[in-house]
Amino acid sequence: MDKKRLRISIFVLLFLGLSFLFSAVQVPPALAQEATPSDDEVNAIARQLYCPVCENTPLDVCPTEACRQWRDLIRQMLAEGRTEDEIKQYFVDNYGARVLAEPPRSGFFWLVYIVPPAAILAAAFFFIRAFRTWKQMAREPAGGSAASDGEASQTRDDYAARLEAELEKRK
Amino acid sequence: MNENNPTPPAPRRGAPLWVQILVFAALLGLLVLVGLGLARAQQPIIAVGAAVPDFTLTLFDGYAYNGAGEVSLTDLRGQVVVINFWASWCKPCEEEAADLEAAWRHYAAQAPGRVIFLGIDYVDTEPQARSYLAKFEISFPNGPDMGTRISQAFNRTMGVPETYIIDQNGILVHVQIGPFLSVAEIQRIIDPLLGR
Repeated sequence: MDKKRLRISIFVLLFLGLSFLFSAVQVPPALAQEATPSDDEVNAIARQLYCPVCENTPLDVCPTEACRQWRDLIRQMLAEGRTEDEIKQYFVDNYGARVLAEPPRSGFFWLVYIVPPAAILAAAFFFIRAFRTWKQMAREPAGGSAASDGEASQTRDDYAARLEAELEKRK
Repeated sequence: MNENNPTPPAPRRGAPLWVQILVFAALLGLLVLVGLGLARAQQPIIAVGAAVPDFTLTLFDGYAYNGAGEVSLTDLRGQVVVINFWASWCKPCEEEAADLEAAWRHYAAQAPGRVIFLGIDYVDTEPQARSYLAKFEISFPNGPDMGTRISQAFNRTMGVPETYIIDQNGILVHVQIGPFLSVAEIQRIIDPLLGR
């Protein structure tokens, strides 16, 4: 009985030992895969950047040699463990804030965020005002002529009454 | 009759005066900003005959000027300064790289301390820039254009290669858009400045 338990214990220990060894052997390939960032990971950052040489072409789709070098640099930085913000900051430090697809929310760049909505609101305000004014002007001529017709009719009535009174006097 | 029935005052139309002034001031400010931006964007390259504004170039590791890791244009007053903008991804830059290095070595030997060449690396990555410098054995001071500030001061629509030659008084005397085709071409511009 004791021998049987001993055998089972040895078997279990061997199984656990082999499992540990197997898992240890499996780890390095997984780490190696993580060390090489995929194109998607590189492009996720690249699409937020614009190379100054190729205006209006996001870095992730730009076909020039300069842009390819930038993408390689992003891949290298990701492999070194740098964060997205650190990588973007590196490009801003080296090439200026104009490389960012979305300008930073600071200093002079605030105008980019404030001016367009303000202009749209102002335009909407003036359009609504102008629309109301036109509508009022379109209504006024009709109302104005009705009022003048009433006044004219009143004047005619007064005149007729005075005329009749004069005729009565002369009878 | 009209005296007995005075016309009621017309209803007040339009925004208050202060709102109108504010809106017009904002519009004016916006127009000025847009105008300044456009004027800035269309600024031409520094004209020949004009003084070149000062700048400081931080040099790549392994390069130095008078033992320092950076160089300012004002430090170079009294020398002819050849400023070459280049990039490792620029094929035409490769065409002139050897000629620039040969010209630099020629003047370093023939007129020491009278001519200085500066290489400014434009929109480039450092590993590729270093490979380029090593490939063409460039020995004159070189550094990256951090934030593209120097190139923007020279030409807002910079393309490489571009070379600017400045006389001993800090005045721009020659602009080369595109590569030099020979050492002789470079010498034809620099020699007269040295009284040759």
